[in-house]
Amino acid sequence: MTYIQKPSITHPGLPKNTLGLTARDYEGTVSTLCAGCGHDSVTAAIIQAVFELNIEPHMLAKMSGIGCSSKTPAYFVSEAHGFNSVHGRMPSVTTGANAANRALTYIGVSGDGDSLSIGVGQFVHAIRRNLNMCYVLENNGVYGLTKGQFSASADIGSKPKKGEANQQEPIDPVSTALSLGATFIARSFSGDKEQLVPLIKGALMHNGFALVDVISPCVTFNDHVGSTKSYAHTREFYHHVVDIDFVPPAEEIKAAYEDGEAMTIELHGGSKIVLRKVDKSYDPTSRASAFKYLREHFNAGEIITGLLYIDESRKEMHDLMGNIDTPLSQLPLDTLHPGADELKNILKRYT
Amino acid sequence: MASINDVVIKIATVNGTGSASANGLLRKAIFRMGIPVVGKNYFPSNIQGLPTWYEIRVTGAGYQSRANRLDVMVAMNAQTYTRDLADVSPGGWLIYDSTWPRSKLLDREDITVLGIPLSRMCNETFDGARARILMKNISYVGVIAALIDIDLDIVTQLIEETFADKSHLIDSNMQAIRLGFDYAMENFVCPLPKKVEALDKTKGHIVIDGNTAAGLGCMYAGATVGAWYPITPSTSLMDAFQAFCSEYRIDAETGKHTYCIIQAEDELAAIGMVLGANWNGARAFTSTSGPGISLMSEFIGFAYYAEIPAVIFNVQRTGPSTGMPTRTQQADILSCAYASHGDTKHVLLFPADPYECFGTAVAAFDLAERLQTPIMVLSDLDIGMNDWMVPEFAWDENYVPDRGKVLSAQDLEEAESFYRYLDVDGDGIPYRSLPGTHPKGSYFTRGSGHTKLGAYTEDADEYQEVVDRLLVKWETARDILPEPDIEYSKSNKAAILTIGSGHAACREALDRLKEQDVNLNYCRIKAFPIHKSAREFMEKHDVVYVVEQNRDAQLRALLILDAEADPKKLVPVLHYNGNPIYSDFIVEKALEEISKGQAA
Repeated sequence: MTYIQKPSITHPGLPKNTLGLTARDYEGTVSTLCAGCGHDSVTAAIIQAVFELNIEPHMLAKMSGIGCSSKTPAYFVSEAHGFNSVHGRMPSVTTGANAANRALTYIGVSGDGDSLSIGVGQFVHAIRRNLNMCYVLENNGVYGLTKGQFSASADIGSKPKKGEANQQEPIDPVSTALSLGATFIARSFSGDKEQLVPLIKGALMHNGFALVDVISPCVTFNDHVGSTKSYAHTREFYHHVVDIDFVPPAEEIKAAYEDGEAMTIELHGGSKIVLRKVDKSYDPTSRASAFKYLREHFNAGEIITGLLYIDESRKEMHDLMGNIDTPLSQLPLDTLHPGADELKNILKRYT
Repeated sequence: MASINDVVIKIATVNGTGSASANGLLRKAIFRMGIPVVGKNYFPSNIQGLPTWYEIRVTGAGYQSRANRLDVMVAMNAQTYTRDLADVSPGGWLIYDSTWPRSKLLDREDITVLGIPLSRMCNETFDGARARILMKNISYVGVIAALIDIDLDIVTQLIEETFADKSHLIDSNMQAIRLGFDYAMENFVCPLPKKVEALDKTKGHIVIDGNTAAGLGCMYAGATVGAWYPITPSTSLMDAFQAFCSEYRIDAETGKHTYCIIQAEDELAAIGMVLGANWNGARAFTSTSGPGISLMSEFIGFAYYAEIPAVIFNVQRTGPSTGMPTRTQQADILSCAYASHGDTKHVLLFPADPYECFGTAVAAFDLAERLQTPIMVLSDLDIGMNDWMVPEFAWDENYVPDRGKVLSAQDLEEAESFYRYLDVDGDGIPYRSLPGTHPKGSYFTRGSGHTKLGAYTEDADEYQEVVDRLLVKWETARDILPEPDIEYSKSNKAAILTIGSGHAACREALDRLKEQDVNLNYCRIKAFPIHKSAREFMEKHDVVYVVEQNRDAQLRALLILDAEADPKKLVPVLHYNGNPIYSDFIVEKALEEISKGQAA
């Protein structure tokens, strides 16, 4: 769709956020993905989430690896810094970037090939460190840029356009993250912006590793009858289990919730999320019961969505290490060594 | 042959038995007597139970390299008696634990075998199996002290310093040393004809390994992020950085760290972290060895093309593949110079000893930020893990770090436009902005084809313009990198050329050759790309002996590729069996080549 130029004129009546910016200010270049690609809907959800969170564009770092999903950081928040790294290695680059400057907000966009095949090791270890980032996994079960090979998230029995159905166990990012102790785990669907936007907002504000696994169908290679990652299949089998409302800092919770349905969790920066349980039996604060629930419903062929697990109590990477609050990159270098006289003392150890 | 301050002692022990402290004690005592001394480890890739050796070379002349000669063998490991016996140079001595006599096994007419019942004496004196083993290893210090005339007061002083916090250990250690010392004095003619005599040649010097020196350099350079994956022989570099940081990098107000060391899941992640941190404006580095470089190569190419600073220490070990992890080599020169697919080439720095490791670490961070590219510091196991006597490091209080062309918020505010990859100054180095500085500084970092304005491209001309500009930067690098050390002895047409740890052996070889009236000029390369003065040096000579520690003459290949040297002039002198190169090896090769030339 690159032949269309983006108009530079904006409607004067567009709503503005507290920074005086409109949603248009959070857009990027025109997407080069296929018309109807789920990823473009996710991009739109990210734009809305970042706009509504009043994040200064240049304080956002957009990180990615390689693949269709990894191209999308170019399509949102042009005034943010982007880092399109190598295949499967977005988590390590984000880890280092965060190590140097913890004051930025990090959003990583990855895909099922990038995260669950070539990059599964880095995905796993970023979780283990509780790296403070929002990790969006645009999951379509297929390799797009290399024309339609299965990825590691393809379900058993899912049929490709040509050839045999997949027989290998899929790697499910949600249950993987749950078993590894990720502290914010969500799943949604690119076609469900109402659910997705607050989840991304919660993930961006969570103080630790936040996974948002988004079923994001590939219209070109995996949207046919027999595919379990198609729009039609997802719409038919997906269920909301826990939805969230995101409440910015200093704002009151306005919506009315039924007794026993809502649960408020305060996030690190003072904002809150209200969990609305669609299935009242579900407990998003218990790893064990969440895992059991997810497995049972997965076995029944259901796609369970919403905020599936949250733990705000665990420290993120810097706090686990006892690091200073000031971004390390902003410490003046001449304050970082003890000088010439102390060097003489140090060297006495070697005489 | 009798001599003063020219002796090589090798101690054979079992690893994991505390012999390292006894060996260090010996080496330090000689150093404190004012006599130049170096120590080399020959150790297995193992934790406990296998043979290990420590070689102490005492040289009044202050030579740093291995002697390839052995005067006194302290054979404390029965497993290696046969080998240890064979290693002693004719006229030398072998000392062994005669608690179990081995007169048949330890029999050589051209050396003197001295038996001392160390185990029996220690068993009679000390309680407990562990203490007896440790004390036996300390007791040989007394034996050596008696045999080569080490000042026992200095040994006592060192023991007192070592155990300042555990005074009860001072007496037992001294008792063990006395056991060995007194036995030797009573039973042998002490001192031996090869002995030490106090000098004043160690003032202003230290004995240190290169990894510690480099770790200290990183701390002084202001590195805040270290990401690494454990690998011999580079591990002690990050360990040293960690130790210095835990001492000097705790914020006084909050008690929190002003550093972040991440043990990565593998080397692929370690280098990814280093790039992320440097992209964000921190001074970040990794330390690794050959196998790690193989894994990092994809990201190294990315950093070259996306122009991200990075400092990578490669403490080389013996390859290929796993090779011999605890032995030395300089066999990663080409794989580092051209790491990664596509047209890539990288700046390499070659420190020659721990003194240069300290300074090179600081320089590497400056160069990485100046040139916006990965800088690889090629050390090796010999430099990194052995004990070298070098001048004390100095710190210039006026040091101003070179952060390169980084635009501030004000620069960006005032700028009409900012394009990340535009060569504004004509030196091939564009300006960069750091994330979070200013909205006008934002750009998209990518390893895919990009234009000089930073946009994605698949256009032939736009692509080529950027990769050609990287060559301009390469030539800028050539001019600002450390220049080679060049020495002319007499006007003649033959020379020795080397890099890194080859320097010590070459220096000694030049002296040896001079004694035989063979005067060679000398060039030591300190960086890649090769400086033009090295090119001129090669042009001036008819023959250049290229001394390096790998099989395939990798430095020689680089001289041909990058400095267009005439291959016919470059005679390879290659030492690559995993042990450090020594001077006689170079002397013999040079003399052999010279006689061939004369015959022709």
